Amino acid sequence: MFADLTDRTWLWAAAGFYLAGFAQGTYSLLRSGRPAGVATYVLIAAGYALQLVGLGIRGRLVGGCPLGNTFEIFQFTAWSSISLYLLIGVKFRASLLGYFSSSLAAVLTLLSLAIPAWDATLRTHVFGDNPWIEMHAALAVFSYGVFALLSLTSIMFLLRNYSLQHKHVGGWFSFLPSILDLDHIGVRLLGAGVAILAASLAVGSIYWLRDVSSVNLTKLLVTIAVWAAYTGALTLRLRGRLLAKRFAWACLGLFLVALLSLGPVDQSRHGNLPPAADAAR
Amino acid sequence: MSTEGFFVIGTTHHRASLEVREKLALTSDGVAALQAELATFAGLKEFAVLTTCNRVEFYGVASHPDAAAQVSAAFCARQQFDRTTFEQICLSLRGREAVQHLIEVSAGLDSQMIGETEIFGQVKDAYAAAQAKGSTGPILNRIFQKGFQAAKHVRTHTAITEGQVSVANVAVDLALTIYGSLKSTGILLLGAGDIGEKTAKAFQSRGAAALTVASRHFERAMELATTLGASAMPFEQREHRLAEFDIVVCATSAPDTVVSLAATQAAMAKRPARPLFFIDQALPRDVDPAVAKLENVFLYNLDDLAKIAEENRAARAAEIAKCRAIVTQKADALWHHVAPQVAALAGQGAAAVNGSSLARADEKPGDAEPVPAPRP
Repeated sequence: MFADLTDRTWLWAAAGFYLAGFAQGTYSLLRSGRPAGVATYVLIAAGYALQLVGLGIRGRLVGGCPLGNTFEIFQFTAWSSISLYLLIGVKFRASLLGYFSSSLAAVLTLLSLAIPAWDATLRTHVFGDNPWIEMHAALAVFSYGVFALLSLTSIMFLLRNYSLQHKHVGGWFSFLPSILDLDHIGVRLLGAGVAILAASLAVGSIYWLRDVSSVNLTKLLVTIAVWAAYTGALTLRLRGRLLAKRFAWACLGLFLVALLSLGPVDQSRHGNLPPAADAAR
Repeated sequence: MSTEGFFVIGTTHHRASLEVREKLALTSDGVAALQAELATFAGLKEFAVLTTCNRVEFYGVASHPDAAAQVSAAFCARQQFDRTTFEQICLSLRGREAVQHLIEVSAGLDSQMIGETEIFGQVKDAYAAAQAKGSTGPILNRIFQKGFQAAKHVRTHTAITEGQVSVANVAVDLALTIYGSLKSTGILLLGAGDIGEKTAKAFQSRGAAALTVASRHFERAMELATTLGASAMPFEQREHRLAEFDIVVCATSAPDTVVSLAATQAAMAKRPARPLFFIDQALPRDVDPAVAKLENVFLYNLDDLAKIAEENRAARAAEIAKCRAIVTQKADALWHHVAPQVAALAGQGAAAVNGSSLARADEKPGDAEPVPAPRP
């Protein structure tokens, strides 16, 4: 029965669970003034499992990691964020992190599903059966997932900072983690994201050195610029130059830039792909 | 169905002033002596005595209609308190109403500080003491045990216990929203007065370990540090060593500020990534208000803390209706189960009364002589 379901059906179901997590969290906050906690975690975990099945089917269809178009990149980014949330979310189970994570995942997945143009072209064997390039791309998009989660913890930091500065600590503000915990998790996520993106670039550079013409210069520069910007933020944070509110704003701003950079990166890749790699859906 | 058999009598902060409660307060020896006396009352089958700084209450199961009046008389006699005055301030509830009262008391709904949890332990202690004395039986056991369950249900299914309502505990909660845990935070207490001590104790009760006391009178700082198991430091070093601390509790009576903006800036330059939390409980204020504008510095003064405490108090008060709905439901269910037993006991007692000269119809309740009888 389930064998006949398409990848998009599974991904719609996953998005539904993420949306349910968001809806339940909103309902719980409005009704009782507290996040749903375990229930949100379970809904997100269910969405994650369904998304994994959907991405698995898509992966078999395209003969590799599904990162061939904007739809797949958005789906993979959401999946990466939720992977990390499920790991660290246990610590923050009673906090608002689950609520924010389900919101982010719902937005990314529903948006990608709602815009058919993003999935109009199904590109198979986009990495030319080269596992290193596939790994390079997967790591790069996974790092974006890490940065997405970092942007969420940054929003939570700013809310917590606002609540403390303005002395509004009651209501749902009381379910935000402590400001020090948010700062620590932010630094760790940034460090992890920078390391993963660095690994991705290192793998990509080996391929690039073998055949310089194979990589579009725009894509190369944009990716390095994103990595350099995040590395710069991490360095400044570790040296005590970029702290607290400014650090949180920087993380948010950088994620926006990283998202915008996906456009030129995707465009540049189209030009470099062999025509045979594109397959109209 | 008869409701006379189960009763609660006593007085609370709602009915009696502090001066009166002082006169009615029972010492532990007094409770023991009164329990021994009540145990001799034939018409009183089961009983428990609850005594706290805000209430003295007697819960009893009686087979004799005058048992509650006898308890009241015995208590007033022991405390040498005028009986008529006591009747004026006396809480007296029977049957289902008494069950509801017990649940409300256990849940903190009847407390001076609504939702406080200490009362739950006090009621449990009172019940345990009664059990140890053998003065409880099947009815009181069921009422208390089910009452505790109902009180727990109220506390876990409503927000009645959420948010601190004392200034010292509000300060501790704020510190937790900044640091998450107090285990590795350094706390500096400026001032060795009562307010500072109370706040320091609140921090210690929530896991704070590293506490340093500084006072303009070093010997008083030493004294308080010894009491709290903390360390003391000269007051003059407060600004120089500010960077060593995460939380600074200020409660001096100094006429001017004792922590300046410049000192705070210098401290933050040494520890920029770690927040610094000032709790200024002094009047006039101890901390320069301008420090609140610094990055990663949080300053709360007495008004800020009091406002949060008041908001929490109001939030708890807003939960009362929800709590009472649960309590009513639980009290109904519990009374439905125990009422037949209570009625049966009262019926037995009535038969005994009719068949003997133990209590006369025209007798005043308090005048009934207790009849010694062995405990069941």
